[in-house]
Amino acid sequence: MTYEAVIGLEVHVQLKTETKLFCGCRNEFGAEPNSHLCPVCLGLPGALPVPNEEAVIQTILTGLMLGSTIPPRAKFDRKNYFYPDMPKNYQISQYDQPLCLGGGVTLPVLSFPKDAQKEAQALANKKVRLVRIHLEEDVGKSFHLESCSGIDFNRAGTPLMEIVTEADLTTPEEAFALLTTLREILRYGKVSDVDMEKGQLRCDVNISVRLAGTEAFGTKREIKNLNSISAVRRSLKHEIQSQIELVSSGGAVVQQTLRWDDARGETIPMRTKEQAHDYRYFPDPDLLPIYTEGRLREEAARRVPELPEEKKSRLAETYGLSEYQASVLASGPPLADYFEQAARSSRNPVAVANLTLNDYLALRQDSPEPVSVPPEYLGELADLVSDGRLNSRQGREVLAILIQTPRPPKEIARERGLAQISDTQALEAFCREAISASPKSVADYKAGKAAAINALKGFVMKKTRGQANPQRIHELLELLLREP
Amino acid sequence: MAKRAFPLLPETGAFRYGYFVPTVAIDVAYVAELARFRLSPEEIETFGSQLEQVLAYVKKLEEVEVREVALIGEEESFQNRLRPDRPLPELTRSEVLENAPQKADGLFLVPRILE
Amino acid sequence: MSFAFSTIRELRKQLLAKEVHPTELIESLLDQISSVDPKVKAYIHLHPERALEAAKKADISLPLGGVPIAVKDLISVRGEPCTCASRILEGYIAPYDATVIERLRSAGAILLGRTNMDEFAMGSSTENSAWGMTHNPWDLSRVPGGSSGGSAAAVAAHEAIAALGSDTGGSIRQPAAFCGCVGLKPTYGRVSRYGLTAFASSLDQIGPLTKTVADAALLLESIAGADPRDNTCDPEPAPSFSAKLGEEIRGMTLGIPKEYFVSGIDPEVEAATKQAISHLEGLGATLREISLPHTAYSVASYYLVATAEASANLARFDGMRYGRRAKDCDDLLETYGRTREEGFGREVKRRILLGTYALSCGYYDAYYLRAQKVRMRIRQDFLAAFRHCQAIVTPTSPTPAFRLGERAEDPLQMYLADIFTIAVNLAGLCAISLPCGFTQSGLPIGLQIIGPMRQEETILQVGHAYEQSTDWHTLRPSLS
Ligand SMILES: [Mg+2]
Ligand SMILES: [Zn+2]
Repeated sequence: MTYEAVIGLEVHVQLKTETKLFCGCRNEFGAEPNSHLCPVCLGLPGALPVPNEEAVIQTILTGLMLGSTIPPRAKFDRKNYFYPDMPKNYQISQYDQPLCLGGGVTLPVLSFPKDAQKEAQALANKKVRLVRIHLEEDVGKSFHLESCSGIDFNRAGTPLMEIVTEADLTTPEEAFALLTTLREILRYGKVSDVDMEKGQLRCDVNISVRLAGTEAFGTKREIKNLNSISAVRRSLKHEIQSQIELVSSGGAVVQQTLRWDDARGETIPMRTKEQAHDYRYFPDPDLLPIYTEGRLREEAARRVPELPEEKKSRLAETYGLSEYQASVLASGPPLADYFEQAARSSRNPVAVANLTLNDYLALRQDSPEPVSVPPEYLGELADLVSDGRLNSRQGREVLAILIQTPRPPKEIARERGLAQISDTQALEAFCREAISASPKSVADYKAGKAAAINALKGFVMKKTRGQANPQRIHELLELLLREP
Repeated sequence: MAKRAFPLLPETGAFRYGYFVPTVAIDVAYVAELARFRLSPEEIETFGSQLEQVLAYVKKLEEVEVREVALIGEEESFQNRLRPDRPLPELTRSEVLENAPQKADGLFLVPRILE
Repeated sequence: MSFAFSTIRELRKQLLAKEVHPTELIESLLDQISSVDPKVKAYIHLHPERALEAAKKADISLPLGGVPIAVKDLISVRGEPCTCASRILEGYIAPYDATVIERLRSAGAILLGRTNMDEFAMGSSTENSAWGMTHNPWDLSRVPGGSSGGSAAAVAAHEAIAALGSDTGGSIRQPAAFCGCVGLKPTYGRVSRYGLTAFASSLDQIGPLTKTVADAALLLESIAGADPRDNTCDPEPAPSFSAKLGEEIRGMTLGIPKEYFVSGIDPEVEAATKQAISHLEGLGATLREISLPHTAYSVASYYLVATAEASANLARFDGMRYGRRAKDCDDLLETYGRTREEGFGREVKRRILLGTYALSCGYYDAYYLRAQKVRMRIRQDFLAAFRHCQAIVTPTSPTPAFRLGERAEDPLQMYLADIFTIAVNLAGLCAISLPCGFTQSGLPIGLQIIGPMRQEETILQVGHAYEQSTDWHTLRPSLS
């Protein structure tokens, strides 16, 4: 008997605003503990929340990017439970009238983990439906000490967007792909940096298993507070495995809230949050409803960017790139914009793409400091290479200098004496020299060992200090060796 | 998940309010747990009977026809009152921590949180 | 001579004419407080030095320049305790000013002290205070009403020129009626709630308790108006509430709701109210019987809505970030449980339990949602009634001040004492209570004038016309 998993995700994303959701304190990561607080986000008696317009716009924008419906009226509700990291002992969230309803995310191949990109699940172009997207306030951060816990409330009240999917996912890899796709889109919309280290994406997952082909859902378990995409994959793998083992040995899954211990690679039942399931939601009387039509929706619509998939196909089509090249270049708007600027100042966009993907990205990654080469120089350099005036090794050399001190690549090549020798007469002299200096290789070649020509090529390259056009040498040598 | 004790038992009185006050049973212990009160058995007893009286009284509300009532106020202006995303003055760290019953290293100390 | 018996208006004239210096004024009040407060117990904190210091620097040219104001102990004042008459806030020092406090300061007022109240404004008698009961200045064996009983008693006993209170279901008007002073509950949203410790957020309003209607208008003028820190605060600028004072009420139609004069009302209260109504008719107003058919449901609706909101509003008092934390607890749950058990009084616990229940799983629709819908019906009743009249006149409370302890353990009976004031909060209207007579035994009786939303000028106009043609407001308790 085979089992399948049914997975739904609740994805919490920290929005990129200057200030918190309901007060003017800074929304800043990494500040000294308890340094960005006011009566509102500290839950002092008498303080009142006032919603941050920018957070509302960013949430609507996310909905528009993900194809959600934006209802004309949304409201905030109080979700009641006691927890020491929550200053008011209720969280202002949205219950039955969220800012966005429905929508969906299509999972592209490259969003899957590398080792799964050849599998059928990655090639299926599956669409995962969303239930809703709502806006809520985050809680503080607790540190568990020996005999007590310490709390930093800086994060309390910062805007958190919760994206809830339908239980449309069936594998840990799909969950992984959903999260990487979402991350890309959110970065495109500039609504979040989705920095895992800063806890800007946190995820709760619901999992159940059932016999493949059956309709009824099994009992689900929830894993809370996963803070990296790979932890989601690992914990799901583990949880699905253990549920299948349980069910197939005749046991029953008990509904439970779990937490994931990444170091030990196992799920552990949580003790505290369980008794708090009676949240007593009710409309927050401190807050007016939000009317989305008009300014809010218009501003969000104005900010909708070209989305990753659209950009990918446009790049492939416009510049004649492979799907792979287009996907990598479209992985972030800054890279794609850079490429497009460089491509516009070049005659050969494919060469620009090669130079960008093969050399520029690697150099940029290796550099300890942020580097930037003006895009028009990169375009020019790509032309030098594709015209045969520099070989690819020389191209890399120029690029390395370009990164240090941006100057026109032609200038750098001239100063460094870098120019590919393609002049037949000059090259012919070197080739003849090579032939007379290596009688053994010549004999081998003539005896049918075609690879022997490489030794002769190496001789010429050495003599020209690498500046010979390798293609031209090859042709010349073949010609000369055929001479009687 | 274990089912919670049902906090409200059905009315024991068969008559409408006005003739006979129905008794409404409330599971005070469950509600007290939600509200984080540690009540003594005597308090549970007293509060229970007082709240049952009040609940029997509020049953009156069932007499009102409310099917047509929409909760959106007619004087609502459909205008948003939102705040621009600009920083406002914050409290100093000493003001923040001044009231803390227990603190150390700039953190509020609370009894250990179980995960 | 003592200046404690003056009104704001009288004092303003004297201050501007340099007949009195703010310091003398504060001293007069401190004298009066030390002679009567041991009996009345209206104040829970006093700041004599700070008040005298402020008096030295007072800017008389400001609208309330040099005038001392007492503040109910649930409004946040920077650097001062704000206990809400609860043990759970023991030791808490507020690090910020409520909007009304900022406005009082910029109007030149001097903050003299904090008045007693029912814990977290939950009560109608000021008996539910962690710091002891306040007594009615007209009869020390009786309650001053509540929850703003300290503010009303302080004004009535001339321990304050005027005071701020808060009104969620009658908490300004009912103690004003019991103590024989003027109390105004503004339209919901008229005064910012920022800094007012919330009891029931959709009902709470801060308002003035004063000796005269004109003073209520003046004090309201300095605290009302738009505030970006309160989402529910009306963005309209506040008008001049004194504008219509002194205008005749001839030709005005006053509504008399038939449901407010039925069984249960004290005969002396009923008689005094009816007499006040005919007095208003004598001033030229037209009377018209109106109907508010859902009146009988207002108490039930109120107690569900208010307690539900309170159950969430008061969840923050848990001993984690501020206030009192129970000692020697083994774990987090015990700390929560014992902190809240020891920190809250019985009435607060009772209401939190009721509100928690009304919202809990499976009961939301039957209780909270239904109560909100009934609330809409009550609001619609008033909207319909105000098509036929400019203001509605009723008793403020069905009885005069009752005896201390009389209703302490009968919550339902206590809740029914608010039957005439509650509907005004549910509908978001404005209303004023002012003295309209005394019982045989010398207890004040209050008259309530209810206006449509944003029509404070109208109720102040009617109240002023009544007050100026009667002399109830000139009587003083003997306090012997
Ligand atoms: Mg959430
Ligand atoms: Zn803040």
